Order: sequence, then C-alpha cells, then structure tokens
Amino acid sequence: MASVTHNFMKLFRGSSSGSQAEAQQVPQKLTRRSSGLGELARLWESETPLCVLDLGSTSPTNITFFTGRAHKIYSEDLLVASTEPHLVTKDEQGNAALDSRKFLADNLLYPAAHFDVVLCWNLADYLDESLVRPVMGRLWSVLKPGGMLLAFFHTKDAGPDSPCYRFHIVGKDTLEMQKIVMRREARRGPTGAVHTAIIDGFRLQRVFNNRHIETLFRDFASIKFFLARDNVREVLVVR
Amino acid sequence: MSAPLSADLAQIGKSVVIKGELSGSEDLYVDGQVEGSISLKSHSLTVGPNGQVKASVEAKGVVVQGKLEGNVQASDRVELRKTAVVTGDITTQRISIEEGAYLKGKVDISGKAEKAAGK
Repeated sequence: MASVTHNFMKLFRGSSSGSQAEAQQVPQKLTRRSSGLGELARLWESETPLCVLDLGSTSPTNITFFTGRAHKIYSEDLLVASTEPHLVTKDEQGNAALDSRKFLADNLLYPAAHFDVVLCWNLADYLDESLVRPVMGRLWSVLKPGGMLLAFFHTKDAGPDSPCYRFHIVGKDTLEMQKIVMRREARRGPTGAVHTAIIDGFRLQRVFNNRHIETLFRDFASIKFFLARDNVREVLVVR
Repeated sequence: MSAPLSADLAQIGKSVVIKGELSGSEDLYVDGQVEGSISLKSHSLTVGPNGQVKASVEAKGVVVQGKLEGNVQASDRVELRKTAVVTGDITTQRISIEEGAYLKGKVDISGKAEKAAGK
C-alpha cells in the first residue's frame, strides 16, 4: 500500500526533469484506493439499474464494469471534445478562449435529470477556464435530484506538466490510473475539412482550493470532501 | 488492412460514397462512406479502417475499425477496435472495446437489463 501511494504521489506531483524519457515509455497503470468511489459503490451494487455518465477517456474497463452490473453507461470525453478547433474564439480582452455556447451545443446533450451518477474524474483541473462553470451548470441539470457526482482535484500546485490520467474502475473502491500519452489524430471538422489534432496529454489549468470547489458546486445540495495522502482531494456532491 | 474475401460478403470500397437506405441479407464490409441507414438483421457489418458511416445501424454483429456516427442496434455483439471512433448509442447483447477506441454515447447491454428487470 505504501509503495502504491508513493508511486501515485510521485506522478501526481509532476516534474519537468526526465519528462521526455517518461513520455516515451509505455504508460503504466497505477492503482489507488478511492474513498469517493467506495461511497458510490453502494449505489451500483444495488439491483436498481442506474444511468452513469463517465466523462473521462473511453474506458473499456468502466464500460464492462457497469454493463456487467446491468447499468447503462454513457461515455463522453470532454477533454478531447474541448480540443475541437472550431471552438476557439476571442474574449472581450482579445485573448484566445473557447466558446462555451458552441461547446454545450455539441456536448452533454442529455435530457434534464437523466443520470444517477456522473464520474467527472479530474476534468475540472484540466478543462479550459471558459468551459468549467458552464459544464458544471449543465452537469447539475442532467443529474437527477439526489444524483451524485465524483470529482478529483489537486491539493497543491503540481505545475502545468502534472500528468493527466484516465481512470479505470477495477474494484469497489479501487481505481487504475493510466497516463494519457501523446498521439496525433486526424479528425473531420464540421465543415468536412480534415484537421490534425495533437493530443499531448492535457495541461493542468489551475488548482482549486476548498472555497473554489464549494463555489463551483454551489447549486448542489451537499458536498463531501475526502482528503487523501496523495495530493488529491476527492469530492462527492449530491444534487 | 484488407477485407476478408468471402462469397457471402458484400464490400463497399474506400472510394465509394452511398447515401440512402442500405439493407441486405449478407455480411457487409464498408471501407467507403455511407450516409443514411443500414439494416442487415441477421448479418454482420464491418466498418473498415477507412470507413466513414453516418447512419443508424441494425445488424446481428457490428465491428468498427473506422468512424461510425449513428445509433447501433446489434442483436448479438459489437466490437470496437482500437482505431474506432463511434458517436452514438449502442444497444447489444455483448460488447468488446479495445484500448484506444473512442466512444461518445450510451452502452446498453439489452440482455442483462431485461434479465435484471425480470428478477
């Protein structure tokens, strides 16, 4: 357990040294215990079919985990969706920003009060500033009253190179974490033109403190923090 | 990757573009572009690595290596290979997804849901 925590802490801290060598390695999977996930496990061990929204990278493990328990799972990778070139616009100061209206016109298109659980993972830490609040607002509306959302936040500034992970559920309260690696991807945009998106992992955009997190989820009915020894704060909110 | 050759396999090559309703009673391999709907009932659809399908799909089995946009209803199984990019809801009895595949949509394992409801 100690070595698992040590490895996890080392990777979450981020480092500029040796990053090139690390990038060339095959992404290894690390395991960690998740108290927030453990709380949610009570829901999916019940026989009531649930609607679950997974906002991380497509995870065959998570899809198998939920479908094997007769739940419906929706998969939507919002970080990848936020790299669409047509979203780039300029704010009032002329700085580049992402158009949240366009983003929400293409993503998170679900009926109101549709989901029992939303797995947000570390989305808020890596999502562009202009999208964070609009996305959380939309997530509030697609969650059922009493529905739960699980999110992870860094507890201290780990630096912009702090690696972004995919999360796979491998047990009641156990996650497998896999670093998102660099890849090039040809995509067809809305006009039909083919763009080459470069997905080199994602950069940490900010570090939320407790107050920021409470503000971010102010429309939700309750919020519960789980402090871990590994620079990560888990947050479970209830609509 | 080339398509497996078989007498019972229809193929749409990568330079072919089809718009409309497509139905048949043999397996279909699509490496070109199809827009509309595909209905194969008791047969399988394979979307090849160059395939771009924008259609609702109804088949026994569906294998995706390329791009598929639309809802998929498979009475038996769905396989998403590592190069698959799928946007749409999938309803099937069994599903396998390779690491690297991209899915935006719902996965509903119909058999399991019915079994749970019947408990």
